[in-house]
This record gives sequence, C-alpha cells and structure tokens, in this order.
Amino acid sequence: MKHELTCIVCPRGCLIQLVKDEEHYICTGNQCKRGEVYAIQEVTEPRRMFTTTVQIVGSKLSRCPVVSSSAIRKEDIFKIRDILDGLVIHAPIQVNDIIVENILGTGIHIIASRSIKKDA
Amino acid sequence: MRHVKCVVIGGGSAGLAAAIQLKKYNIDCLLLEKEDVLGGILNQCIHNGFGLTRFKEELTGPSYAERLVSEFHDLGIEFELDSTVIKLNSDKSIEYINPKGVHKIQAESIVLALGARERTRGNIMIPGDRSVGVWTAGSAQKYLNIDGYCVGKRVFILGSGDIGLIMARRMTIAKAKVVGVAEIMPYSNGLTRNLVQCLYDYDIPLYLSTTITRINGNGRVQSIELSRVDENLKPISGTEFNIEVDTVLLSVGLIPDNIITENAGIEMDPRTKGPKINQYYETSIPGIFACGNGLHIHDVVDFVSEEGDMVAKSVERYLNQLGKSDLSIPVNSDSNFIYVLPQTIDKSQAVKLKFRVKRPLKNVKLVIRTKDEIIMTLPKTQLLPAELEMITLPLPLIDKIQDEVRLEIIA
Repeated sequence: MKHELTCIVCPRGCLIQLVKDEEHYICTGNQCKRGEVYAIQEVTEPRRMFTTTVQIVGSKLSRCPVVSSSAIRKEDIFKIRDILDGLVIHAPIQVNDIIVENILGTGIHIIASRSIKKDA
Repeated sequence: MRHVKCVVIGGGSAGLAAAIQLKKYNIDCLLLEKEDVLGGILNQCIHNGFGLTRFKEELTGPSYAERLVSEFHDLGIEFELDSTVIKLNSDKSIEYINPKGVHKIQAESIVLALGARERTRGNIMIPGDRSVGVWTAGSAQKYLNIDGYCVGKRVFILGSGDIGLIMARRMTIAKAKVVGVAEIMPYSNGLTRNLVQCLYDYDIPLYLSTTITRINGNGRVQSIELSRVDENLKPISGTEFNIEVDTVLLSVGLIPDNIITENAGIEMDPRTKGPKINQYYETSIPGIFACGNGLHIHDVVDFVSEEGDMVAKSVERYLNQLGKSDLSIPVNSDSNFIYVLPQTIDKSQAVKLKFRVKRPLKNVKLVIRTKDEIIMTLPKTQLLPAELEMITLPLPLIDKIQDEVRLEIIA
C-alpha cells in the first residue's frame, strides 16, 4: 500500500511517500525523523494537537488559551471541545498548569498556554 | 529632552527579541508598545506550531510570547504601554502619546518593529451592501480568542493565507459552520500543513480561482455572490453562484505598518511595502533599523524574532561605530521574484538573502550572479509564494561580487 501525504509536524511541510511492504513502512521525502513518525501515525491513527480557550474569572481577561499536552485522536476533537465548553477556571493561572487532567481517559492533559494574573 | 541610546518601537515578537538582545550587549533601551500588553499579535494566535527554531519545541502563540516577555522583564528593560508613536523624525527624535500625555525623546538609534495591519474590504473593493458581518480574519480572531465572542454562525472566508485557514478551523471549533474558503489565485497561499489540518480535516471546501463579487444583506450579511476568475484574475461573467452566509472573514493579506516610517522620509520598497534596508537591516536613515512584519511579511514567527536579534547586533555595531562601510551594492532579481531582501549589501561579511517568488515553481535552479559571472547555483524542487526562502552567501562568494548581485530562476 502506498500513501502520499504532506507532513504537518512543522511549517516546512515535507511531501512524504510511505510504502508498506508486509511488515515495515518505508518512508521517503521527510527531512527529519519526526516526519516518519507522523506519516505512520497518520495512516494508522491520525492525531492532532488541540487548542481552544476556556472561560476564566477573577481576571480582567475573560478567556484562557489552552492546548493539549500531546496530540489527541482526530475523532476526539469535538468531544474534548464540548467538555471544555462549559468549564470555568479561576485566576491566577500559570502557563503549563493542568486545566483538565487525563481528558476522556486518554492520558493527555489540557494545559494552560499562558499565565493569567488575578485582578482585583 | 530625554536622551536614549536606543528606542525600540513595537513590543511584539521582533521588538521584544531586539530589546532583549540589546540588553545583552549592555545597551540601554526604551521599548514603546501601543497596546496595553506586550507580545503583539501572538497573544491572539492560540494555535500551536510556534518556536520550533528558536526554542526547539512547539509552542502556542501565547506561550511563545510569554517566553519572550518573561525574559524581557527578567532583564529589567524599560518599557511603556499604551504608547503610540505619532511622529518619527529624521534626526531620530520620536514623539509619542500615552495616557500620561504627549512626549518627545531623542534617540541615538531606533529599531522599527512596527508589525503589520490587515487589508480590509476597502482595500480590495468588494461590491455590494454595507452589511454588518464583514470582518478581517485577525479581528474575528481577537474577538474569539481574547474576548470570547464568535462573530458569526455561517461563515465564508475569502483568502487562503494562513490566517484564513487557521480561522476556518478555529471558527469550526467555536461551533460556527464554515461553508467554504475562496482563493483568487489558482493555488493556496497558506502553508500546506494548514490546508491539511484546518480545511481537509473538517471537509471545508476550498474554491481556487474564485472570488467574492458581491456581498448581499440588508442590515446583516445574508449571502455572497462568488465568481470564477480568469488568468488575469478578472471575474468571468456567467460563472456567478450564491451562498447563504451571515459572516464573511477577509484574509487577503498583511501590509507592513509604516505610516511613521514614510512620514520620516525613509526610502520605501514598493514590493515589500517596508523600508529599504542594507545587510545590517539599516534603513536609508543611518541609525534607524527595521525588522519583523513591519519590514516584510513573514510566515514563521521564529524568523521574526531572529531579525530582532540581528538588528540588535547592528545597533551595537552602529553605536560603537564598528566597521563602517560605504559600499552599497544593489541586490536585484528577475521577474520570478516578488522581492529580495536586503536591497543593498556591502562585502564585509556573509549575508542572508531572503526572498519570495511570484508563483509556485517546481524543479528549477536558483542562480545568483554578479555581472556575467554565476557565483551560486542551487537546485530547488519547490518554491512557493507562501514560503519565505532564505539563503546565505558565504564570505568566499561575497568576494566575487562586483557591482551587482542578481537572483534568477532558470528551468
């Protein structure tokens, strides 16, 4: 089986050819090791980094940007969005604070991607 | 009047990097930022993928900004927020305004890290009703990511640059229905990775060689008329079709923000819409330097900050009057290029040339020549307008340069 895909790991966007011969994948076109990891992942179980914002109170800012600690399964994107949709967090928040631990039992955390001070 | 060694105008990813580096050279600087926070546009770019080159890890925009801002504060660099420069003078005096009043200071050197602004509906003159619901993609991004308001429910996006693609995904995550993206060119103007993870992932159609020819709506936007365009980008009569939407986002390009630069009489390059620079990123006024999106539009923030670093080095060189060279060799290019930076070089050191091509090119050779001698040939499997290319000319090759450097593309 042969796949041709664009690597989305970094902005370089390598064009990768992935061929499977029985057991092994042969990967060409990638400029770094991460490209191969991505390509094999993409054809077996595609994953994406996930970012959104959650409501924050106790600060003059009203939204706190968050990011998944690693790539989540593509099919989980909207489920995770819905969990975070109703969430309210309280300032202060430090960058990399865990906002939701082990979301959907995936072992992946949702973490704050900036620090937000508490305002009077 | 207060006297400052260096004034950095702009507290985004270019200006912060420049100020941090200046401090490391022991040069006191004052940074002026027009918004009420440091970090610039990164604060609203909540997606990830930033920092791979500079920090060797993938960060979101806010966390990239926070890295720079923390380092900036740790170094105790002086800054003023809510401070808009209203006049830059050729004698390097600066007039700015903030809630405390109007101020005038004298700088020995200046770093312009002015950033860019978005092209608007007025810039591209879309005909139709003056309805509510037409936004630049960046304003919609700010409303959503900073303030938490989604500007529409059924959204169409004009322009397939990175901001448009990122917003297509972002609006989808925010429960809006993104019904399509139109691109006037026959190819996308965004990074391929953004096409994959922002459009294909969500089955959002991309209409190439297509543009909006009319916006309809009494009060709120109700529908748009799309038309196919010919090779001269003119709408083809008879190809019109309508789509019902309540919102149009425009992602139709960024323009370096250079009103104060132009008013200071600094020479501009109509192709970059930023100031002309030499290899030290120095503008036509000695001691005034430029970097970041105010100089030319970047697609990767790491290189914006890198320009800030480089400019700091040039400021240090300028203030210490090191290695002044009067050589000014023009850097030219053939018609395949949108622009090449810097516009002039001397022969004192290796130089990094940055350029963008006008249209996608496959399997070509990039040739760098001087007069009738070719000094470098590089095979390129792919060159895209969406991707800023960089190439360093090492010193041994610089020595060969005569009265011109010229970049050409050959098949």
